[in-house]
Amino acid sequence: MRGNGGRMPSGAAAMPRHLLSMADLDAGAIRTILDTATQMQDVQRREVKKIPTLRGRTIINLFFEDSTRTRSSFEIAGKWMSADTINITGKGSSASKGESLRDTVRTIDAMGVDALVIRHGASGAAHQVAGWVDAHVINAGDGTHEHPTQALLDAYTMEQRLGSLEGKHVAIVGDLTHSRVVRSNLISLRRLGADVTLVAPPTLMPSGIGAWSAAEGFTLSHDLDAVLGGKGSGEAARPVDALMMLRVQKERMSGGFFPTAREYTVGYGLTRDRLNRLCDANPEIVICHPGPMNRGLEISADAADAAQSLVLDQVSAGVAVRMSVLYHLLAGEESPTESGATSEGSAA
Amino acid sequence: MCPDSAAPEGSSNGRQVLGAADISRVLRRIAHEILEANKGADDIVLLGIPSRGVPLAKRLAALIAEVEGSDIPCGALDITMYRDDLRRQPTRAPMPTQIPDSGVDGKTVVLVDDVLYSGRTVRAALDALADHGRPAAVRLAVLVDRGHRELPIRADHVGKNLPTAQSETVRVRLAETDEADSVTIAGGAR
Repeated sequence: MRGNGGRMPSGAAAMPRHLLSMADLDAGAIRTILDTATQMQDVQRREVKKIPTLRGRTIINLFFEDSTRTRSSFEIAGKWMSADTINITGKGSSASKGESLRDTVRTIDAMGVDALVIRHGASGAAHQVAGWVDAHVINAGDGTHEHPTQALLDAYTMEQRLGSLEGKHVAIVGDLTHSRVVRSNLISLRRLGADVTLVAPPTLMPSGIGAWSAAEGFTLSHDLDAVLGGKGSGEAARPVDALMMLRVQKERMSGGFFPTAREYTVGYGLTRDRLNRLCDANPEIVICHPGPMNRGLEISADAADAAQSLVLDQVSAGVAVRMSVLYHLLAGEESPTESGATSEGSAA
Repeated sequence: MCPDSAAPEGSSNGRQVLGAADISRVLRRIAHEILEANKGADDIVLLGIPSRGVPLAKRLAALIAEVEGSDIPCGALDITMYRDDLRRQPTRAPMPTQIPDSGVDGKTVVLVDDVLYSGRTVRAALDALADHGRPAAVRLAVLVDRGHRELPIRADHVGKNLPTAQSETVRVRLAETDEADSVTIAGGAR
């Protein structure tokens, strides 16, 4: 377009208008976002953390559920790219006066904002909102459904330590029923070529997961020690390259999913004992947790603070990955579906 | 956009303006010009603008090292996030920015790119550079200047001035990125 000699348009994959589910991103788009995040992390390391890329754009963080890292990292990501970011929480908004979600988001949209980052307790809320507004919608967690930017930052963090995830074995352990992280992670990890094993007690496996595992090609287990190898597991288990511990979401639990916390920890927690066995077998293993952690329940303090733990790397990657997502969704021309390939042809 | 290995004159690939030997001679001259203007290699930092400015900067650094016998810092400065036409096209994946460890503060930074055209890339590069420090001076070296500036920007060191029509396309190929060295011009009214 600028006719800049032979500059090749660096092949950025087509991006969706909204990021509602990891399924919105094909393998190429995931790759592009993760590669861009690497460059964004350079900005994060600079003395002056500000680039002009989203100057004049307005991003609203609309959070109907509590959040520390997701909300602040979206806010920082927007600010470092010179966008104006505004936080609205459910408690402090007109929603607490009884305004419907539709009215709230249409009100905000009417002010002319460019993007709505939304977290809501109801699964599917972001999809609904996307149909009501002109702004780009980014799902920052909807109920027990999806949390795509978390999956992106998990993949990014693991890649930083492990290299390509192609053929790597990732075990995701814990409260699968109430986790929105697990669904997004499954989609992204499978698209990046990783093998995934999900581990949970039968009571915390979502119903219908059997059919899903057959379709997506991942493995299910109720026995953490068998998956991790060692103690009592006869057959040599497939070595685990990355272990992702999920939070036990007590606030979403309305019944008895396990008898006692102690019993959960013994069966499915990353205890010091399990950590030592794992690290002896494979010192290169990495441990992730999307946070916030229940120390002593699903993850011991030793594991959370171990050299193998990527918990803080995940937080730091969260900003870079969200900058990358905001860049690819907001910085380019509008309605990318119509123009997709045209400018490439004339770019020579 | 597949790079062609050969671009014979008058073919559909366009007319060749510079061949491999020409490019090599031109770069050697630019290297000497940079040294002459700077009165030596002290405090020079070469920063290539991706993608093809980066291998050009590396070649210039090697040529300067050959003459002066000392290595000079060489890096890359990506300008994707600073473009003024971001909204006019689908987003591009940014390329790495590598600022040499010695930094750019107080140095003479020579920006290196393949083609100088509208000048907008250079404007973006100046903005990007300012976010990394405050050089004592910034110079611009390009392999080809094809005219049609849209901003008050000029190059300090030019490999070849190439009068073109805006409808024409100038394509630079470099061995590092496209197998062979050549500059061709194509399209426009015949």
